[in-house]
Amino acid sequence: MVVPCLLLILWQALCDHGVFRSSYLPSPLVIGKTFLDLVASGELWRNLRVSFLRVLEGFALGAGLGTVLGLTMGLSSRMERALSLLTGLLRPVPTIAWIPLLILWLGIGEGSKVVVIAVGSFWPVLLNVIQGVRGTDPRYLEVARVLEKDRWTLLTRVILPSALPSLFTGLRVGMGIAWASVVGAELIAASSGIGYMIMYAREVSQPDVMLVGVAAIGLTGLLIDFLLLWAERRLLKWNRR
Amino acid sequence: MKTGAALAIRDVRMSYALATGELPVLTGIHLNIKPGEFLSLVGTSGCGKSTLLRLIGGLEKAGGGEILLDGKAVEKPGLDRGMVFQESRLFPWMTAEENVAFGCLRNLSTSEIRETVESHLRLVGLSGFGKAYPRQLSGGMQQRAAIARALVGKPRVLLLDEPFGALDALTRIQMQAEILRIWQAQKTTVILVTHDMEEAVYLGDRVAVMSPRPGTIKQIVPVPLARPRDRSGTPFVKIRRKIYDEFFGKGKTTSDTKPQRHEGRRRK
Repeated sequence: MVVPCLLLILWQALCDHGVFRSSYLPSPLVIGKTFLDLVASGELWRNLRVSFLRVLEGFALGAGLGTVLGLTMGLSSRMERALSLLTGLLRPVPTIAWIPLLILWLGIGEGSKVVVIAVGSFWPVLLNVIQGVRGTDPRYLEVARVLEKDRWTLLTRVILPSALPSLFTGLRVGMGIAWASVVGAELIAASSGIGYMIMYAREVSQPDVMLVGVAAIGLTGLLIDFLLLWAERRLLKWNRR
Repeated sequence: MKTGAALAIRDVRMSYALATGELPVLTGIHLNIKPGEFLSLVGTSGCGKSTLLRLIGGLEKAGGGEILLDGKAVEKPGLDRGMVFQESRLFPWMTAEENVAFGCLRNLSTSEIRETVESHLRLVGLSGFGKAYPRQLSGGMQQRAAIARALVGKPRVLLLDEPFGALDALTRIQMQAEILRIWQAQKTTVILVTHDMEEAVYLGDRVAVMSPRPGTIKQIVPVPLARPRDRSGTPFVKIRRKIYDEFFGKGKTTSDTKPQRHEGRRRK
């Protein structure tokens, strides 16, 4: 806490002495006041809520598909072989590169944004689930064989629990990317959302609003990650912690 | 209650396929085990004793010969053969009682499962630890839970693959007494793989001594001593000495044989 506070004081002092021009970098006090104004007018919440809902939809879609496909690819080496070239080719494409195409195909409405987020969160979930399923200790599989367990029991009681820590890693990384992608998508084409708020503030030269937007993105991302970490600890209490 | 099964091993062979050709691991294994018998299988590491146990467990395929369990050929793993490994292999995401319940037969009701799990935890001395996760249990307690999981499906043969090898010396002696008590209560056939000669003699009705490359059964030494056995009594020491001589030759003492990890530790 000490370093951020010192930085804020320094920042404020430099602004007061006119080192930074307020049209480029407003002082922390001005930003704080803008923040309170945006909260009071409900503008900040409204935009955050819109972005957050988009993230939830896109993340559910991307993480869901990533989990299902990851399980099939992790369990069946035939599926893995069939799809590995395709996934290898598509995986390195940055999410932002899809935005122009998705706008062309789906328009600038909600659809394109949700799909951008889905694409962004899909990859880390897919890769981590495959790795988690593959990484199941063969000695545990042997125990299940000795106890004559059917495939369903093997999957639900042995393979899935053992892949769960990996799945959570994928979900956390995927959620981070989802949150970053929504802002990216909104910066390019949107009429609401936190990214739109920042973009609009640039057009009307309000650096304080832009900075409030940036801070809100950071704080929300931190909060989401914290929540996922909390859920992971509760669900995986058997894991070392 | 069903008691232990008879096991007949006839001319069992096995080899591993290597790039340089076939590497024989086991040849000409003949062994008859009576229902309810406790057989110890000793040998140096790499003599194929664990492989033989895994063949009986159905986890590996033999390259020839047959293994008959009460006259029926063993082809794959099954609940009639419980297995305990050197590591407990408890699922870390399940509590002790969930782990034990995992070994239960499929057609049991919830209350039957609760009862059997409870009674088996009591059998291995883990009453009150049912809700603990494996990481919260000591090595010996984990192995007790693993034994309960192997027993809860009412196997007719219990296969123990160096189950106490990773435990400290004191816990090991304690667990040997425990397994004896459990065997006497359950009356299953037990095959114990170990490299500890004292453990083999202390527990077994007979001790099968294996020699390596390729693994064969060199000799079967009966242990006609009443239990509980006195580890320092003359008859016990004589039998242990006999097995020792099987490995290192008659008349030799520790000073003119190569230092051997396990025997070296046990001899005074």
